[in-house]
Amino acid sequence: MNATAEAGLIESTLLERNRNMDTNRETQMDTDRDDHQSRTSTPDSITAAAAWHVDPQQTVMDCRLNKIFYGDFLAVRDSLVPIEKNKITGFIGPSGCGKSTVLRSLNRMNDLIPVFRFEGTVTYHGQDIYDKSIDPVLVRRYIGMVFQQPNPFSMSIYDNVAFGLRLNRFKGDMNERVEKALRSAALWNEVKDKLKNSGLSLSGGQQQRLCIARAVATEPDVLLMDEPCSALDPIATRQVEELMLELKENYTVALVTHNMQQATRVADTTAFFSVDISEGGRTGYLVEMGDTQQIFADPREKLTREYIAGEFS
Amino acid sequence: MASNPFAHIVTQCSGPPSASDYAIDRALRMIVKGAAAVILLLVAYIIFELGRQALPAMLNFGPGFLIGTEWNVQDQVFGILPEIWGTLYSSLLALFLGGLFGVAIAIFLTQDFLDHRLSNVFRTIVEMLAAIPSVVYGLWGIYVLIPLIRPAAEWLHDSFGWLPLFGTDLAGPGMAPAALVLAVMILPTVAAISVDAFRRVPYKVKEAAYGMGTTRWEAILKVMLPTASSGILAALVLGFGRALGETMALAMLIGNSNQISLSLFAPANTLASLLASSFPEAGPVEVQALMFAALALLAITLIVNVVGLWVMKAATRKFEGKA
Ligand SMILES: Nc1ncnc2c1ncn2[C@@H]1O[C@H](COP(=O)(O)OP(=O)(O)OP(=O)(O)O)[C@@H](O)[C@H]1O
Ligand SMILES: [Mg+2]
Repeated sequence: MNATAEAGLIESTLLERNRNMDTNRETQMDTDRDDHQSRTSTPDSITAAAAWHVDPQQTVMDCRLNKIFYGDFLAVRDSLVPIEKNKITGFIGPSGCGKSTVLRSLNRMNDLIPVFRFEGTVTYHGQDIYDKSIDPVLVRRYIGMVFQQPNPFSMSIYDNVAFGLRLNRFKGDMNERVEKALRSAALWNEVKDKLKNSGLSLSGGQQQRLCIARAVATEPDVLLMDEPCSALDPIATRQVEELMLELKENYTVALVTHNMQQATRVADTTAFFSVDISEGGRTGYLVEMGDTQQIFADPREKLTREYIAGEFS
Repeated sequence: MASNPFAHIVTQCSGPPSASDYAIDRALRMIVKGAAAVILLLVAYIIFELGRQALPAMLNFGPGFLIGTEWNVQDQVFGILPEIWGTLYSSLLALFLGGLFGVAIAIFLTQDFLDHRLSNVFRTIVEMLAAIPSVVYGLWGIYVLIPLIRPAAEWLHDSFGWLPLFGTDLAGPGMAPAALVLAVMILPTVAAISVDAFRRVPYKVKEAAYGMGTTRWEAILKVMLPTASSGILAALVLGFGRALGETMALAMLIGNSNQISLSLFAPANTLASLLASSFPEAGPVEVQALMFAALALLAITLIVNVVGLWVMKAATRKFEGKA
């Protein structure tokens, strides 16, 4: 594939492997299955399996990471994670395997951590966002984020939601946009009478929905969501899932979740990450990525199968 | 001893706290309550004693004392309005300058402008300003600061003399050097407490701000500052309190002149420096008057603290939704 071949930063073994791949997805999967037995223990088979190919026309973001470090600690290695336009890409995997780390690399959120180091490229609409000429602030204006823990600002509920609108000098009807965002985050009915109250006076689950409303108010091109529903009850969870499905009509969503049912319900594509402890550290990597259907029904990798079986049993 | 209705339940190791646990608990509570009571008693006693000694003057001069503008020992005419004015004016100026710089330094030290170790070194240096004796500040003001600001003061007076702020010439000691030195003196208090306030802002709040695509200044001004506001207000209240009561440096720098003027370069007086400079040679009636003045200073400080506390509570309620 042309898109893969242009990646200068990916290791040569990886590149070679990719070049050999057919554009036809079926063939690719067959090859992987054939190689599977003999290759499971070597790193390049891992990345090979991970190389899930999509039409470059359809990828709004393409993450090709070689290594992510926190100081000396290698947190994630060799993973190719394309994010397709108007789809929901789910990230699953055991705790500590680097899902959040990868997700947060997609809008340069990790730049706040001084010891963080990213080797690789993340292209967004064809532009490498880790290029020296790119201001991370700019990236985050287009690629929004909902964090694993609720983090509303200490200001009123209304101001929380209006924050991004004001930041972007939104000229339209502010009240309408705030209401729309709160409605889509399934929070409007609970807070419509107390918009002036502090965002911190809400319950944990309400705070999380407030953060979702804050993130979607500006309608970012891509929305990164890190376990957005872990603090929510089943009803609110369903409502947020509906929101995601609604968002993908016009935008793109990447979603980290520990909830397998949620992944099967909303994700079009699923990426399964795992931890490799063979080299002493605990390094995360992409094991495989594919249509959610395929990942759950017919995973190519033994690890994926075991993980999913464990989660569903 | 508290009875234990669960005594019959047999478990591996859960059991009631022992008698000595309860005894220690009670003893600690008593010590803490005792310490609090001692402080309250001390404050009450100071106010009582001050009031007792000021009572003759209060009966003698009445409320006119507070609005009188003359302090004349010969004629036994006493009034402290110029000192009240000077106290508030110098403290507000110092609060403005010291507050601005103190908060700016706190932002500089906490918002990733410096690496962590360097910022700790810097902070220690700022805090060392608090350890300098106030008489040293006074001397520094007289021998360094006044000559330093004189050219600027002259220029301001010549060019903008029509503004009441620059209405007079800087003869030597006066409001400007006093307020500047006061500002430096409250700076460490304001800076150190503001640094703590900024450090208490959870990391996830900062993440949320940058996650929305704020620039560093937007994150600081629109998110970090409001979040830290109750702590910063506490810093300002403490700094203001410190400025109100500062004595030695002001006695050396303010010029001890009984007048009310908006001019930054005119000499003035404050309550604390009036007390410090008049006590040593005061006769019995003047001592009573000075006690009255001390009581007024105490009242001002108390009011400032109560108002400050109230503002802080309002800010906490507004930003955090808690009482
Ligand atoms: N700020 C940081 N500094 C140092 N190490 C970090 C930091 N954040 C994460 N790590 C490490 O990186 C690895 C991956 O963490 P990450 O948060 O990405 O995991 P995760 O897959 O999101 O886990 P979970 O499902 O529990 O949220 C972990 O070993 C973690 O200890
Ligand atoms: Mg995580």
